[in-house]
Amino acid sequence: MALVLVIAAVAALLLVVVAAAWVRRRRTARSVLRGGSTAVGELADRVVDRVAEGASGAVAEPGVPSLRDHLGRARAALVGSLAPALDRPSISQDAWTAVTEALIRADVGLATSSEIVDAAMARVETGGDGPAQAMAALQAELRGRLGGFDRSLARRSDGGHPSVWLFVGVNGTGKTTTIGKLARRESDRGAGVVLAAGDTFRAAAADQLAMWAERSSAHIVRGAEGADPASVVFDAVESAAARDADLVLADTAGRFHTSQNLMAELQKVRRVAEKGSGVVTETLLVLDATTGQNGLAQARQFTEAVDVTGVVLTKLDGSAKGGIVVSVQTELGVPVKLVGVGEGIADLVPFDESEFVDALFAQ
Amino acid sequence: MFETLTDRFESAFSKLRGRGRLSADDVDETLTEIRVALLEADVNLDVVTNLTARIRERAVGEELSRALNPAQQVVKIVLSELTSSLGGEQLALTYASKPPTVVLLAGLQGAGKTTNAAKLAQWFLRQGRSPLLVGADLQRPAAVEQLRTLGGHVGVPVFSRPRNPVKTASASLAEATRTGRDVVIVDTAGRLAIDAEMMDQVRRISKAVKPHYTFLVVDATAGQDAVTSARAFHDSLALDGVILTKLDGDTRGGAALSVKEVVGRPIAFASVGEKLEDFEPFHPDRLASRILGMGDVETLIDKAESAFEAEEAEQTATRLLEGTFTLDDFLSTMQQVLGMGNLRSLMGMMPGVPRELRSAEIDDGRISRITGMIHSMTPAERADPDIIDASRRQRIAAGSGCRPADVKSLIDQFKQMRSMMKGLGGLGAKRASPGSRGRSSKQSGRAKQRSGAQRRSGGRTTPKGPMPAPKTPLTLPGLEKGDWPGFN
Repeated sequence: MALVLVIAAVAALLLVVVAAAWVRRRRTARSVLRGGSTAVGELADRVVDRVAEGASGAVAEPGVPSLRDHLGRARAALVGSLAPALDRPSISQDAWTAVTEALIRADVGLATSSEIVDAAMARVETGGDGPAQAMAALQAELRGRLGGFDRSLARRSDGGHPSVWLFVGVNGTGKTTTIGKLARRESDRGAGVVLAAGDTFRAAAADQLAMWAERSSAHIVRGAEGADPASVVFDAVESAAARDADLVLADTAGRFHTSQNLMAELQKVRRVAEKGSGVVTETLLVLDATTGQNGLAQARQFTEAVDVTGVVLTKLDGSAKGGIVVSVQTELGVPVKLVGVGEGIADLVPFDESEFVDALFAQ
Repeated sequence: MFETLTDRFESAFSKLRGRGRLSADDVDETLTEIRVALLEADVNLDVVTNLTARIRERAVGEELSRALNPAQQVVKIVLSELTSSLGGEQLALTYASKPPTVVLLAGLQGAGKTTNAAKLAQWFLRQGRSPLLVGADLQRPAAVEQLRTLGGHVGVPVFSRPRNPVKTASASLAEATRTGRDVVIVDTAGRLAIDAEMMDQVRRISKAVKPHYTFLVVDATAGQDAVTSARAFHDSLALDGVILTKLDGDTRGGAALSVKEVVGRPIAFASVGEKLEDFEPFHPDRLASRILGMGDVETLIDKAESAFEAEEAEQTATRLLEGTFTLDDFLSTMQQVLGMGNLRSLMGMMPGVPRELRSAEIDDGRISRITGMIHSMTPAERADPDIIDASRRQRIAAGSGCRPADVKSLIDQFKQMRSMMKGLGGLGAKRASPGSRGRSSKQSGRAKQRSGAQRRSGGRTTPKGPMPAPKTPLTLPGLEKGDWPGFN
């Protein structure tokens, strides 16, 4: 019956809308500019003006892949636009604007970029005034923000098994593929791995996972299409316990963080995963590097619902830079643990903040 | 992030009233807010630059209208510029004189090509066509199985051959002719724009099938890089249109604007949910409001104004804020709200509505049960729910086919809501100066007694006859800016 409240609230709000429309029509507009936004607004102005002056606009050339190489390649154009601004005797406003622009283009986001640049400026004031110092300060700031996290994937500390790693995220970020790659890595390291085909919604998702299971010689537990995902994960955990396996990698259907029912379903999966012999030691949010500012909302809601312990940043082999993880890590304290750099079974590497930052700015 | 642009602009314009035209300086003051809004919505930086320049050009020198204040006027210009940028020419799908008509889908991994191939097939089916789905994604494990399952759901055959995607695609044309299918939809593997080998493969597929329409499938959550990949796909394949996917979240969808600017081809379809039916022709105006983070307040106000009698709505609102709101008021308001359309979509249009409310499932059965319960009450009970004791509860429950506990919970929640609203009203009343208020609390106290008496004799809940229009600018207690989420 909470519904009554919902309707009442809606009714009330609507009355307010009507009344506000009246008020608005009859009264002189007055409101106070949002306090904190001034700096961000100025920043947006500076950056956009700079772009308008034609200082930039280069786009990465297509090239041949291979991690560091193409990370560098995709960013070369970007750095090219930075170089003239930075190559001056002292750090000009223009240089800082150029740096901000680079951050925005990398999807770091306006507010976070502004914060980072402010912090970097503060660092330089105490350390020198050459352009090299500006870049160094910025890199140090970014590394400082990204560093200091434990990025290992946790197993049970009580000696029992299995440990359950649960994979969550919105549709199409690469959950199933990541599990496939990770299954191979963990089996190669000698762990007994069971895959739980918890995506019972998307057509043939279990088939896709089964193919990965074959490639990595892991065992797979699957249910019928449309089955309760929690029951599939529970069965997988019990099956892992029975065969003395160390790890259960649990796939889930992609879902938008705004869908309350699906988020509740996910919470149930997480609860039920621990009903039997297993313990959930990692809940990994799979984030696509091409994601923009919505990525932060995704991370926030998933963390709230199922207590995310780490992020897997996928598709970083493209021209997208994945800058949203800077905000995710800063705001939510959830570290990136793994990075996906291709469709091959070995294309999964540990996240390294220095490499990530270098890749953002390296020549 | 949920303030409307109008509110953000208003301070910049407050000193401007009474002048004839928008000057360059006036407009520049608002451009900052426009830029922030666009960048927060993931519109590409270069695109933001071009857009703001165009908006500036359009707004400067614009004659101030009487109907709108300057802030509203600039918002209107921004919205119409965004709408025309997103819209422009429509994609008019025509069918090849010699069937089949071939449609090719391409895009990055995970954008939603396979799912949308099936959605598109269903759309063609509803247009009276007989499509054939072609699984040319041999890269991702089980992609063809996924397409087969989806094809089964929509009742469209799926054609695929193992190993060679180019041969699969070209063989599909003969298959379509053989089986009499007049539309062929080719699903390709997801690929990165910088992957030269894969881009070459999709070019070869395109050459093999000579598509009449090539669609780029774009994820609405994409960030700044959407432009880079869209340009690369356009250079390789000469796109005809865009399918925008994953518009079901709280995504602002700025990427669509970027892609449209760079590719210059229409956004043909939008996928707004996981179900196969959640697929519709694209509405530029809706996405424009969404990109600006405005909800869709203007539509909402329009709808509200046509559904509500303005004066009556004001009075009801006043009673709501004074805590004299009755179950009759509630019932009539609820019915008016429902008359405006789907409750959920209404809430989606409102900025600042908490997520819990927006995503709450509201089913009609419950609403009619509430209506039934209120209808089973006597006018006196509706006016003053406090008089409802156990025996009255029994009667109401029997009359509406519910349990007495349901009646109790309805009344408890109604009272809770009423006192909550009264609290809000009191808050504003304290701040407002007596002179500026439309109606003093004394007067409305009398109104309450009077209408209460009418109600007991079975009369209407709102006084009849025209109300004198208030001479002072109309305000409601509690309607000071800042008191209401979404209106500050």
